[in-house]
Amino acid sequence: MAVVELRGISKSFGAIRALNGVDLTIERGEAIGLMGDNGAGKSTLMKIIAGNFPPTSGDFLIDGLPVHFSRPIEARQKGIEIVYQDLALCDNLTAAQNVFLGRELKRGFGPIRFLDHGAMNARAAKLFAELKSETRPRDLVRQMSGGQRQAVAIARTRLSDPKLVLMDEPTAAISVRQVKEVLDLILRLKETGHAVILVSHRMPDVFTVCDRVAVLRRGEKVADKPVRNSSPEEVTGLITGALAAA
Amino acid sequence: MSTTTDQTTDHAAIDDSIAQRRELTWWQGVTRSQPFWVLMAIFMLCIVMSQVSDVFLSERNIFNVSRNFAFVGIMALGMTAVICTAGIDLSVGSLMGLAGIATGLVMQAGYGIVPGFLICMAVAGAVGLTNGILIAYLRMAPFVVTLGMLAISRSLAMVISNNRMVYQFGPDQALYLWLGGSSTFGVPHPVWALGVLTITFWIAFNHTTWGRWVYAVGGNAQAARLSGIPVERVLLSVYVICSLCAGLSAFLMVGWFGSVTNALGQTQELNVIAASVIGGANLMGGVAYAFGAPIGALLMELIRNSLLLAGIDALWQQFFVGLFLILAVFLEQLRNRGRA
Ligand SMILES: Nc1ncnc2c1ncn2[C@@H]1O[C@H](COP(=O)(O)OP(=O)(O)OP(=O)(O)O)[C@@H](O)[C@H]1O
Ligand SMILES: [Mg+2]
Repeated sequence: MAVVELRGISKSFGAIRALNGVDLTIERGEAIGLMGDNGAGKSTLMKIIAGNFPPTSGDFLIDGLPVHFSRPIEARQKGIEIVYQDLALCDNLTAAQNVFLGRELKRGFGPIRFLDHGAMNARAAKLFAELKSETRPRDLVRQMSGGQRQAVAIARTRLSDPKLVLMDEPTAAISVRQVKEVLDLILRLKETGHAVILVSHRMPDVFTVCDRVAVLRRGEKVADKPVRNSSPEEVTGLITGALAAA
Repeated sequence: MSTTTDQTTDHAAIDDSIAQRRELTWWQGVTRSQPFWVLMAIFMLCIVMSQVSDVFLSERNIFNVSRNFAFVGIMALGMTAVICTAGIDLSVGSLMGLAGIATGLVMQAGYGIVPGFLICMAVAGAVGLTNGILIAYLRMAPFVVTLGMLAISRSLAMVISNNRMVYQFGPDQALYLWLGGSSTFGVPHPVWALGVLTITFWIAFNHTTWGRWVYAVGGNAQAARLSGIPVERVLLSVYVICSLCAGLSAFLMVGWFGSVTNALGQTQELNVIAASVIGGANLMGGVAYAFGAPIGALLMELIRNSLLLAGIDALWQQFFVGLFLILAVFLEQLRNRGRA
């Protein structure tokens, strides 16, 4: 059964129609590359799945059951984690504090519970090491490089054992070595039965780790096919509109 | 196989490089904070003043200074939490008047000190709740809401007091005057309250989820919301807490004066905000120190006291408080630029 199924999802912001009747299904252990030009509606689709806002119309099913999210935390409770395009970090907090924001580890006796700084820093350090990122848990995010910030945002998705991980341009600001780590992470997620949707403008990323590629153009899905039956040239044509559909 | 070995070596190398680049030690963290430098300024001022004036270090003067700054310090703690969320509360001075008059009237009518205190805190809580609901849930600008509340609270204080002074506090009068005006183990009671509250705020800011969320909301409210933090409830809580601090301060101050008029706390909001900001709270939100509140309040009181002892006209007082406020923010900016 599909982990997540979208049927006829549309979203309007006032007069702007960002998404128009989009269908999308994703299975366990599958990675979908979601591509499209700037403003095509990729982030909007991700935010709908992550519970930032409800679709204007359309159905949204998880494990075959319809769901309606009004807050991101509800999607998270259903096993959906997201790396936002703008990363959504608090600059004034440290890397570890950002990783655990909203799900802080605590310890104490009975109802009196205090933050467990040691455990959170140690866990965050492990996650950063896993991502091979030279990010130190106690450093302020304000002073971090783009790649380090990205590592913090990605590390947040590793706290739970999600069904579906959404990554909105996770490789936009990072070095070649770190890109490889993120792609390896996606492969590992697939191996362990997680589903991944990767939004990216980088053709090689999608063709290396994804099983399927879906293309959005002006809010409509114009293609959705296995990567082995497609090519970077075809996808480029679909994105720009040189090819109507495939 | 070779990839696995590669990965392990890579890990070790990165662990090493992370370990080598040392993180800030606890001490470095302290010396980079604004309250530390303000504390240094306080020491300097004390050294200079002890040379200039014999009275400065006398027990009497220290007692006065410490008691005077405690009232502003208590309120500055609450204000610090508000400012940390990028908000402001202009109503604390007027609230002192309203809460103080309410306490006075209740005790004058023959009720004991416990009902008096409860009424004081209930009035403060109601004002804080109103501020908080308008700001957090109706998303109105904190400046405007609390400016309105400044006028409303003062007006209510005038109405219920009928513009009369209250100087009789019923059966518990002696106890009340002792509570506000005396000391235990040589430390004035308001200073005890400030000390306990400062430690409580320090723990709350640094070791509870509430504190973490206050910083997060001030740093990036949108990111905080996306992380599942109940942003509205956090905002509501800081305004209620700020008002309760003002209520407590008013309660102790009336006990100290032994009387209350509806002018109690007039223009105090400016001193309280100044104390928080001198103590390192950033009006843009996301930066605040629990210890900054008493330290900022202490510096302001010391300036006042020093001018007095140095024989400088008291009319200069506000000038120097303003000067230090601007200087403190300027230095903070300089240090931030150096770091970036
Ligand atoms: N909150 C919003 N309010 C109004 N319009 C919005 C909002 N979010 C997105 N839009 C509009 O919806 C359309 C799709 O935006 P979206 O962010 O989904 O594009 P995208 O495919 O992620 O582009 P990019 O590659 O630049 O990230 C754009 O026209 C955008 O202006
Ligand atoms: Mg986008």
